[in-house]
Amino acid sequence: MTSKKALLIDISLCIGCNACQEGCKTENKLAAGEEKSLSPTAYTALSEHDGVFVRHLCQHCETPTCASVCPVSAFTKLAEGPVIYDANKCIGCRYCMQACPFHVPRYEWKSTKPRVQKCIFCASRVTKGLQTACADACPTGATKFGDRDELLLLASERISAKPAGYVHKIYGQKEVGGTSVFYISPRPFEELGFDTKLGDSPMPLLTLSALSKVPNVIGVGSVLLAGIWWITNRRGEVQRHEAAQNRDSVPQRREPK
Amino acid sequence: MKRVTLPRVTIWRVIAAALITAGAFAGIARFTLGLGATTNLSDQFPWGLWIGFDFIGIGLAAAGFTIVAAVHLFHVDEYEPIVRPAILTAFIGYLLVVLVLVIDLGRPEHFWHPLVMWNPHSVMFEITWCVILYTTVLSLEFAPIVLEKFHMHAQIKWIHTFSLPFMILGVLLSTLHQSSFGSLYLIVPNRLHPLWYSPLLPVLFFISCIASGISMVIVETLLLSRNGRTLLTTKLRANLAKITAVMLAVYLVVRFQDLVSRGAARYLFTLTYHSIAFYAEILIGFVIPFVLLLVERIRTSRRGLYVASLMVLAGFAANRMNTAITGLESWPTRTYFPSLLEILITLGIAAVGFSAFTLMAHYLPIFEPEPAPDPGMPWNHGPAPEEAD
Repeated sequence: MTSKKALLIDISLCIGCNACQEGCKTENKLAAGEEKSLSPTAYTALSEHDGVFVRHLCQHCETPTCASVCPVSAFTKLAEGPVIYDANKCIGCRYCMQACPFHVPRYEWKSTKPRVQKCIFCASRVTKGLQTACADACPTGATKFGDRDELLLLASERISAKPAGYVHKIYGQKEVGGTSVFYISPRPFEELGFDTKLGDSPMPLLTLSALSKVPNVIGVGSVLLAGIWWITNRRGEVQRHEAAQNRDSVPQRREPK
Repeated sequence: MKRVTLPRVTIWRVIAAALITAGAFAGIARFTLGLGATTNLSDQFPWGLWIGFDFIGIGLAAAGFTIVAAVHLFHVDEYEPIVRPAILTAFIGYLLVVLVLVIDLGRPEHFWHPLVMWNPHSVMFEITWCVILYTTVLSLEFAPIVLEKFHMHAQIKWIHTFSLPFMILGVLLSTLHQSSFGSLYLIVPNRLHPLWYSPLLPVLFFISCIASGISMVIVETLLLSRNGRTLLTTKLRANLAKITAVMLAVYLVVRFQDLVSRGAARYLFTLTYHSIAFYAEILIGFVIPFVLLLVERIRTSRRGLYVASLMVLAGFAANRMNTAITGLESWPTRTYFPSLLEILITLGIAAVGFSAFTLMAHYLPIFEPEPAPDPGMPWNHGPAPEEAD
């Protein structure tokens, strides 16, 4: 059985060398050159907050919002963890970009055949048993690749070994139902630009609550509407029948005059 | 039969022709240069003016299903004279929305993918199917008008044999996807401002679309009841206005009850970018027209009805734009305003819609059904005898 893979990003270890982005660009054949934010040619990027560096990339959610909202199933969550994208299916509605709780997908706005671009967790490497290019490139171990369960264990071990050095939280463990990218941080996550109000339940449940009512609306609605048609139609028939009878009886009443 | 002559040049025709031409060139630019070069859409605002236009267009097209349901399913026969204008509105509305959607798509040549690549978990998937199916239903409801023009009564009769289930289907599809436009935003609780985000979005979208659909019918009735033609009596028009008022009241109760129960009412007490947008929407589109429509003198006057109904439509448009754009902005750092080309394409398409309506109303039997030799159909009783006003 394939085990679920993940990345652990220890913000306290990151020195901002950008080797992860370079390694990523080489592996995924993206245009070279350092970029400070996510873009169609940068699946990962570092942002600096007073000397602390935060790596941004697709979180590869356990229940991916992008995969749930895509009308053509262009996103797929693999058993190993990666959420991958098929540009041949994509119609370009950009609902994934609107819906992603982490604001990750980027669009090739300049192209006339645009694709959605985001980290794919080096799916072809990971399915072969290799680690991601970014983890491979990281010189300090700030990005570590491994089994999801083991990394969660490692993260809590690091926090308990240095309780004063870390915020007591593994970001990504529970957010929107859990992700495949975990962060541990020496500074409160809110200060580093993380959204800490996302909640623990997967986003797709929000739309599922509406979509699950569709069959009921169709079933109850069609019976109701047909019923109303039947009753009002019958009422009209009766009215016309009575009107016709009255018309027939009118001359008889008038005859005595 | 009217003799075809050269079209007269009027100011409206000149404006329409100019807008359509400008829109066509803007459209060519969009397809040759790409979305990035021609629009203000971005990774932060992947959806913009065009999505707003879709919401508004579909909302106005609600005229179709509400009137079809009232006349053909509920047998409120007095409104028979506006069924055809309403169906025409809806049909044109949907065709335009499909056109805008295709322009908006990044890969328009893949537009057919949702037909074969399914994802029933996606609201967008549901909407795509509803739009496709309902446009089909609308073309069937519209077909008899065209067939009548060419005296193909046998074909009309054939369509009528299965029109009841299709009309029911049409009403259901409309219900579903008018509300699904609201459901689209259920998944962005972290982004959409609490004044608009609500688990009740689908319900609110549905209630408001009925108010806007009926207001659209009222406006059309007023516009078309000129030059000696009267589509509806003053009383029937006033009754439509009463329904609008009721829907507005229901909407206001649900909306404010929801705001309070979610704890979002506190945003109403500070003057911000968002609260101003909220007040503009709710006052212009809901509170003021509701109060106006309570007054019988306004319901029965042409000008009063015009003003109140146009306010409902404006407020409805504001509500959809606020949900689609304003509520996702954060003033002044993250804002979106459409590019000139986006606006030109939108105006051009709107002009196509108005022109198409005018042309079809002129050449097709929209107002005076041509005599048809097929009595006995439940929808062909014609208007019931007028009660004394």
